[in-house]
Amino acid sequence: MSWKLFSLLLEASLMTIFVSTISILIGLVLAILLSAANLSGIRPLQWGGKFFISFFRGTPLLVQLLLLYNLLPVMGIQMPSLATAILGLSLCTAAYQAENLRGGFEGVPRGLVESADMAGFSPAQTFFHIRVPIALRLTLPALINEAILILKASSLVSVVGLVELTRMAQNLVASTFMPLELYASAGLIYLVINLTVAVLGRQLEQRLPGAPAK
Amino acid sequence: MNFDLNVILSKQDELLYGIAVTIFVWVVGTLASAALGFVIATARRYGGVLVDRALAVPVEVIRGTPFLVQLFLLYFGGPYIGLSLDALPAGLLALSIYGSAYFSEIFRAGYQSVPPGHVEAAETLGFTRGQVIRVILLPEMALLVLPPSVNMAIILLKETALLSLITVPEMTMTASAIGSQEYAFVEAMLLLALTYWILVELAGLLGRLAEKKLSRYRLAKA
Repeated sequence: MSWKLFSLLLEASLMTIFVSTISILIGLVLAILLSAANLSGIRPLQWGGKFFISFFRGTPLLVQLLLLYNLLPVMGIQMPSLATAILGLSLCTAAYQAENLRGGFEGVPRGLVESADMAGFSPAQTFFHIRVPIALRLTLPALINEAILILKASSLVSVVGLVELTRMAQNLVASTFMPLELYASAGLIYLVINLTVAVLGRQLEQRLPGAPAK
Repeated sequence: MNFDLNVILSKQDELLYGIAVTIFVWVVGTLASAALGFVIATARRYGGVLVDRALAVPVEVIRGTPFLVQLFLLYFGGPYIGLSLDALPAGLLALSIYGSAYFSEIFRAGYQSVPPGHVEAAETLGFTRGQVIRVILLPEMALLVLPPSVNMAIILLKETALLSLITVPEMTMTASAIGSQEYAFVEAMLLLALTYWILVELAGLLGRLAEKKLSRYRLAKA
C-alpha cells in the first residue's frame, strides 16, 4: 500500500478525532444537565432524564443514527451530515456519561453539600461549584474510557455519509480493491489514537489534585 | 408526515425472521465469546509469561479498534487470504472474536479476585489444576464476573446491528429493507429501536435475577 493512500487515511482520521472530541464535550454538558434533572427532585424532569438515558443506552448507536438521519428531514430540519453525526454521537454519549456521573454525584461527601447550603449557596451554586467539580474528578477514569468508546463508535457515522477514517477506508477499498491493507491500516490508526488517549488520560488522572492515594 | 406503523407491521413474518436471526447471532456469539474469552484468560494465567504477553497483544488490538473495522477486515479482506466466508458465519466469527477479548479481561479480573490462599489450600489437598479451576476458581469468581458479563452480553446485542452492514439478514437489515420498500423508514427504525430496547431490558432483567440467585454464594467478608 502506498504512502499516498495511508496519508489519505491519516487526513480522514482528523475528522474522526474532531467529531469525537466535539461529541464528547457536548455529551458531557448534556450529561451534567441530565444529572441536574435527576438531582432536582422534580418528578417529571427525573422521569424524562431516566427515559432519555434508558433509550440511548438500550438501542444500538447505528439504529439511533439511521433514525436521526431519516427523522430530521421528515421533520423539515435540513442539516449537513457533519452536524447530524455530531448530534447523534452527542445524544448517545450523553446518556452513558450521565450514567457514569451518577456514581460520581453519589460520591460527593454530604458534609460538603451541607456546608455550602449553610454558607448561603443557592442550589444552583452548590451544584455547579461543589457537586459538579467533585463528581467530574471522581469519574475522570470513566470519562476517559467513554472518550475511547466514542472514538471507536464514531466509525458508525460513516453510515450518515460523513467521510471519517472508516468511510475513507471504505471509499479507497472501492477504488483500489485492497481491503486487507486499508482496513488493517485504519485499525492501526484507531489503535494509536486510543492508546494515546489512554496514556494521556492516565497522566491527567495522576497529575490532577485529588488523585486517589496509592 | 404520515405516521403509519401498520405498513411495517403487515410484514410481520419478515420482521420475526429478522428478530430470530438477531437473537440467534447474539446468543451463539455471546456463548462463543465467553468460552473463547475463558480459554484466553486461562491460558494467560497458566501458560507462562510468554503466552501471557503474546495474548495481550491481540486482546489490546481488538479492544482498541472499532468492531466495524474488524468486521470489514474479516468479511472484505478475508477472501484475499483464502478466508471466504458468507455474511452470517463471517459476522458470527467477527462478533465472537471481538467479544472474546472483552470476556478474557472479565475472567482475568475474576481469577485475580480469588484469594490465593484458597488455591494454595486446594493444591495442598492434592487437587489437580483442572479441579482447582472447576471446583474453586469458577464458583468463587462466578458472582464477580456475572454483572460485567451481562453488561458485555448487552453490548454484543447492540453490536449485532452492525452485521446488517455486511448483509446479514438480522433485524436492522430487515427493518431497513422494509422501511425503504414501503417509504416508511422512520416508522421502521422506531419499531426497530423499540425492539432492541425491549431485548436489552429483558437481558438486564435476566441478569439481575441470576445475580440474585447467585448472591447466596457470596463470600463472607474477611
